[in-house]
Amino acid sequence: MKKASIIMIIGSLLLLGLFKFPLWNIMLGAPQYPDPLGMNIYIDGIKGVSEFDLQNIDGLNHYIGMKTIPKAEEMWEFSMFPKVIFGMAMLGVIIGLLGYFDKVTYKYFIGWFVLMSILGVLGMYDFNNWLADYGGNLDPHAIIKVTNPDGTPMSYKPPLIGFKKLLNFDVTSLPHKGGYLMFVGMSLTLVAFWLGRKTSLKKIT
Amino acid sequence: MKNIITSSIAMFVILFGFTSCNNSSKSGSKSGALASNIAEKVYVAPGEYDSHYAFLSGGYSGNVTVYGLPSGRMFKEIPVFSQFPTSGYGYSEETKPMLNTSHGFIPWGDAHHPDISQSKGELDGRWVFINENNTPRIARISLTTFETEEIIEVPNSAGNHSSSFVTENTEYVVAGTRFSVPIPQRDMPIKDYKGNFQGALSFISVAPETGNMDIKFQVLMPGFNYDLSHPGRGKSHGWFFFTTYNTEEASTLLEVNASQNDKDFIAAINWKKIEEYVNNGGGKMMPANYAHNVYDEHTHTATSTMKKEVRVVNPIEVPGAVYFIPTPKSPHGCDVDPSGEYIVGNGKLSANLTVHSFTKMLDAIENKKFAGEAYGIPILNFEDVLAGVVEQPGLGPLHTEFDGKGNAYTTFFISSEVVKWKLGTWEVIDRKPTYYSVGHLTIPGGNSGKPQGKYMFAMNKITKDRYLPTGPEMEHSAQLYDISGDKMELLLDFPTHGEPHYAAAMEASIIKEQSQKIYKLADNKHPYAAKSDADTKVVREGKDVHIYLTTIRSHFSPDNIEGVKVGDKVFFHVTNLEQDFDVPHGFAVIGQNNSELLVMPGQTKTSVWEPKQVGVWPFYCTDFCSALHQEMQGYIRVSAADSDTSIKWSLGEDIE
Repeated sequence: MKKASIIMIIGSLLLLGLFKFPLWNIMLGAPQYPDPLGMNIYIDGIKGVSEFDLQNIDGLNHYIGMKTIPKAEEMWEFSMFPKVIFGMAMLGVIIGLLGYFDKVTYKYFIGWFVLMSILGVLGMYDFNNWLADYGGNLDPHAIIKVTNPDGTPMSYKPPLIGFKKLLNFDVTSLPHKGGYLMFVGMSLTLVAFWLGRKTSLKKIT
Repeated sequence: MKNIITSSIAMFVILFGFTSCNNSSKSGSKSGALASNIAEKVYVAPGEYDSHYAFLSGGYSGNVTVYGLPSGRMFKEIPVFSQFPTSGYGYSEETKPMLNTSHGFIPWGDAHHPDISQSKGELDGRWVFINENNTPRIARISLTTFETEEIIEVPNSAGNHSSSFVTENTEYVVAGTRFSVPIPQRDMPIKDYKGNFQGALSFISVAPETGNMDIKFQVLMPGFNYDLSHPGRGKSHGWFFFTTYNTEEASTLLEVNASQNDKDFIAAINWKKIEEYVNNGGGKMMPANYAHNVYDEHTHTATSTMKKEVRVVNPIEVPGAVYFIPTPKSPHGCDVDPSGEYIVGNGKLSANLTVHSFTKMLDAIENKKFAGEAYGIPILNFEDVLAGVVEQPGLGPLHTEFDGKGNAYTTFFISSEVVKWKLGTWEVIDRKPTYYSVGHLTIPGGNSGKPQGKYMFAMNKITKDRYLPTGPEMEHSAQLYDISGDKMELLLDFPTHGEPHYAAAMEASIIKEQSQKIYKLADNKHPYAAKSDADTKVVREGKDVHIYLTTIRSHFSPDNIEGVKVGDKVFFHVTNLEQDFDVPHGFAVIGQNNSELLVMPGQTKTSVWEPKQVGVWPFYCTDFCSALHQEMQGYIRVSAADSDTSIKWSLGEDIE
């Protein structure tokens, strides 16, 4: 159980990588943008991959009537996410410590994982809603209006994950370092659960 | 079945035929397969980069052109000494001061010898220097922005030709006078030239960090013509060598009268010794009047300052600093090999090529073996300093470059060829024709301790039939050769712009990485910059109207302007708000007696317009900036001089 608890602690601490590294990354390449424009999504705001990328993305998006990329203070998520992530990391560490001193069982590990997964899914759902609004809630006076074959306005929603062609742009959306660290961390808590369960089952038998 | 066998045999015979054909062409004539190899050597596939940059002087265009090697494609023309309506250089308020001189504003120049800055004898790719021959000036071009950053006028000089070559750590960029003149200038009979005219050799210090130029001292030499020069390097670092002609000191019909002496001189200048003399207070400040023009990348504006004195040095007051080396027949090029040992005097009327030895020169000086003196300057014995002679290599030698592998390449103007010869043995190894009448040649890194001897290109004076005809006036032609093997191989023929006198070239790696993409708007310190739409305004100051205008895809702000009157002087201060690579905007207004402006991202440029007629006049973006470029326009209303229309401006709404 000691080993499992240490893994639990390490796994939880990996969440803190999100304070340094981006959670997600969206890259936009086009024939005239051989060096693609890109945005890194941090838990506390959105930054350009290169210094002027956000400005240039906004500049291009004004043609099709998209809103500018939100500043940190314009979305409640960017003040809430850091609190949630920090809270979950601390909770994981506390559970790990309590496990280390045999105050709680391995079941708390899976409890943490389930809670984190629910929060994660909610986060993704919220993120996807924002992408849909960002890509679909267009200025009716937009300079360029593109419609789908059925006559409805085309949405410029970037993919939640993966690749999508939007007019002349190739858009790729993938987790970034912080996101990968979080996934590894969450996986480690699963390992902690599995290891904790194995050792406690041994004790019983 | 039988058919298959028959056809197989037939195929085999045909294939064999092809193979043997290839074999014969490889061993024998240089056509067919070899020709396609040459094409591969200069082919740079779409989207790929050339391996070398070449900076060609534009000669009478006054500018510098940037080429890629081996493709021979031109990438940019950098305006230096001539007005350039394409960008507004020399037309915009910010850049007019760049062309200021003691003679006032000069719209044109004759650009000659570009040279790339060096550190420890190797090209460092920071700046290109180039001289203006007609109204003596030296310019410094930045190799991060590829723009001219500084121009300094050279006083006491005329025909600034033996310039602008840098010492091995860019301590100095050196400028010598081709025409000797009265110093100081004064009203005197031309026939009294001899003994009264002087030639100034200027040593312009270069600040190590900023590159800023300052004339440290001028050596006032006898009244010869100082034709070309090169720095010593390695063992001869600290010396500078200048070819001279007209040691006869003729002032008329020079083609005859300056060709009488069997030998002219190479002047060897120990600049370290003179520098020390000057640092100890030697020489004297003399009154002068010359312009020093500096462009500031942050204000995007040039300022011109008139300097009022210059330090001059009389060479005979610095013993051991200056010597004359006799060199046959009006030498033109003066070239120093990468080791610094050999000084090649390209005697343009001589049948042979003379090579002097630096070691022998020092030895002769030490043993005081002098043949005489000229105006108090010791003359060494030709034989004492001679390293060797390349016998009968061609007709009319002009310039020599080196490959760093012990070989030299000399151009021959009269016989239209480049001749490769070996240093030390002086034997001719190869010769290849040029098309036609070659002047300079360049090997990347040629004027340095480390030539990058893969390519050599020859810049010719006469084009004739090389390209599709374009009437009596044609661009000049250049030829690129592969010099990696024993024999030179002609690879490519490409036209050049203006009249290139020399070029500086180097491997692309350093420059390509440092090349700037945009100017940061946040760093823009132009006093009339509008850094956002909120900063835009129109301000009347008496008859002057200042319009703080911004551009961003795809509109001007403001785009409706009223209250301007006939007789006003309207300043359009255009700031490009873009911060995206390669998104310039242009500006032009109907009837302006001026060029357009081409404004790079983050930059501010100003165009003056003096409306003479009442009306509503459009202005527009001249660069196809975006899908809505055609919509990028505005109107300016010009009222009668006595009208009471007030200054107003707008964007996106009507002026009420």
